[in-house]
Amino acid sequence: MGLKQNLHNFKEKNKDKKWLPLFNAFHTFLYAPNEVSHNGTHIKGADDLKRTMNTVIMALIPCLIFGMYNTGYQHYLAIGEINSVSAGFFSPEFWTLANFWVGFAKTLPLILVSYGVGLGIEFIFAIKNGHEVEEGYLVTGMLVPLIVPIDIPLWMLAVAVIFGVVLGKEVFGGTGMNILNPALLIRAFLFFAYPTWMSGDKVWVTGAVERTKEIAEGSTADVISGETILGSLAQGQEVAYSAWDMFYGFIPGSVGETSTLLILLGALFLIFSKIGSWRIMLSSVLGALVMGLIFNFAADSGWISESSKFYSLMNTEFWQHLLLGGFAFGAIYMATDPVTASQTNKGKWIYGFLIGFISILIRVFNPAYPEGVMLAILLMNVFAPTIDHYVVQGNVKRRLKRLKTKTA
Amino acid sequence: MGLLSKKDLKLITDPLADNNPVTIQVLGICSALAITAELEASIVMSVAVLFVLGIGNVVISLMRNIIPSKIRIIVQLIVVATLVIIVDLVLKAYAYQLSKTLSVFVGLIITNCIIMGRFEAFALANGPWKSFLDGIGNAFGYGLLLIIVGFFRELLGSGTLLGFEVLGNPIDKTGVYAFRYENNGFMLLAPMALITVGIIIWIQRSRNTALIED
Repeated sequence: MGLKQNLHNFKEKNKDKKWLPLFNAFHTFLYAPNEVSHNGTHIKGADDLKRTMNTVIMALIPCLIFGMYNTGYQHYLAIGEINSVSAGFFSPEFWTLANFWVGFAKTLPLILVSYGVGLGIEFIFAIKNGHEVEEGYLVTGMLVPLIVPIDIPLWMLAVAVIFGVVLGKEVFGGTGMNILNPALLIRAFLFFAYPTWMSGDKVWVTGAVERTKEIAEGSTADVISGETILGSLAQGQEVAYSAWDMFYGFIPGSVGETSTLLILLGALFLIFSKIGSWRIMLSSVLGALVMGLIFNFAADSGWISESSKFYSLMNTEFWQHLLLGGFAFGAIYMATDPVTASQTNKGKWIYGFLIGFISILIRVFNPAYPEGVMLAILLMNVFAPTIDHYVVQGNVKRRLKRLKTKTA
Repeated sequence: MGLLSKKDLKLITDPLADNNPVTIQVLGICSALAITAELEASIVMSVAVLFVLGIGNVVISLMRNIIPSKIRIIVQLIVVATLVIIVDLVLKAYAYQLSKTLSVFVGLIITNCIIMGRFEAFALANGPWKSFLDGIGNAFGYGLLLIIVGFFRELLGSGTLLGFEVLGNPIDKTGVYAFRYENNGFMLLAPMALITVGIIIWIQRSRNTALIED
């Protein structure tokens, strides 16, 4: 008798125990379950929700690995122990084991806290309410470490995860019922609660806060600048990175969102596995480009003076907006969340376009929020049901009209 | 039998929990959001509403038989406005700084739905003693919630209570701040007041399921 049969027998024997959902959750994570789910967010062929979630996690793994290397790279670059990349994406300065270990040691606690706290809450609610553990947190738990600054204190992350999962999801009835994307809600909570840890020039490179303190106390360490590109642009400073650096992702930023190249790879994977909606991805990119072009046009035709604080962000090449900040990550992995996005095809186009459009609008015009994609997606999450409603009503009206002309 | 009969006592205790004007009737939310970032402001606001609602209910109750029903809203407004102006002037005279913190929200007690609601629903139909009890009962219920929300928002948002640094000093890193604790700036923003009220409603209704309406 194999392990699989043993586990199954174990499950049969303990059918009535209160903690069984907890066992089931791990059991079905390892093995395809005999039961398929009957309702929820995924209604689709043979896949159950857990497989869907696993596919997204697979699409996220390259970003995670890259984030680990990048953490170490930014760290050693800041303290002057290595030179900046010289030979494109496969530069030997970047892909060193030393870089990886620094990033690994820094990222692992984030992942553990994110999953530990989040799944803990899911288990408590599942046992209390007597239903099976829902898989919704699997992806959220992986997204959260990727969208926070590397040095975020772990207890803050834990508080934010509790807030996001309980008030963002469980109060609405759990997985599939939430209005807002839980991962973004967690990030938004951190952003408003602890702004000093979520923005500025100290949090994006590991150890920067401590080094600043040492310098203040008279250490001879070099002064470091770990400002993100969007942060520098918002302050009208020169940017020292080439567009290729931005595309490859050798820039400071949240853990997993810097490499546009790998995000693109993940996007292709999601599109081909039919998990992510290409309509939302494409339309949000279009929305961002349109807004970027409008701003470029405004800057070129001299509607805004060069001394204006918005000038340097407005004058950023429209296509560069796609490479900067968390836009690409948000548009590919967050906007496409099937629970909170629009459901109708036409609605998806509108929803995505407005996300791109508003992201760049916030990015340029609001100096307090150097990155707008988080707020743009949360805003559109709220409007997604309204968009769907009008798309459906429009369709109904059109068909009624057709019926009338036929009978008349 | 003491001063209060059982029925009278219910007038005071009911609005504290099972018929709380804020968590059950969801009235007076705007002021609950606006002035609860500090505990002191919440307490002063509660006292102000206690004064206005207690006396206002008695006045309206005394006049209930002579007010023509067509203009009763205007009469009620005049009564509230008079009382609110008294509160406002007293605050400006004796607690100027605080009256600046509360700013327009003292004046806005006039439009606090709890007050007009109690006038309409209770004082116009009951005697002055009962109306007085109903008035202070509802004001206590409102104040209780304001103070709970204010307590958590000030404690978690600023690390202080009534201005005392109960959690230590964030700049000198004393108290809990020595363990890398930091204040939660989100608690000071209005959305968090709404969420705090929401959590209280959640706890209250999960403890007493009879309150859940579908």
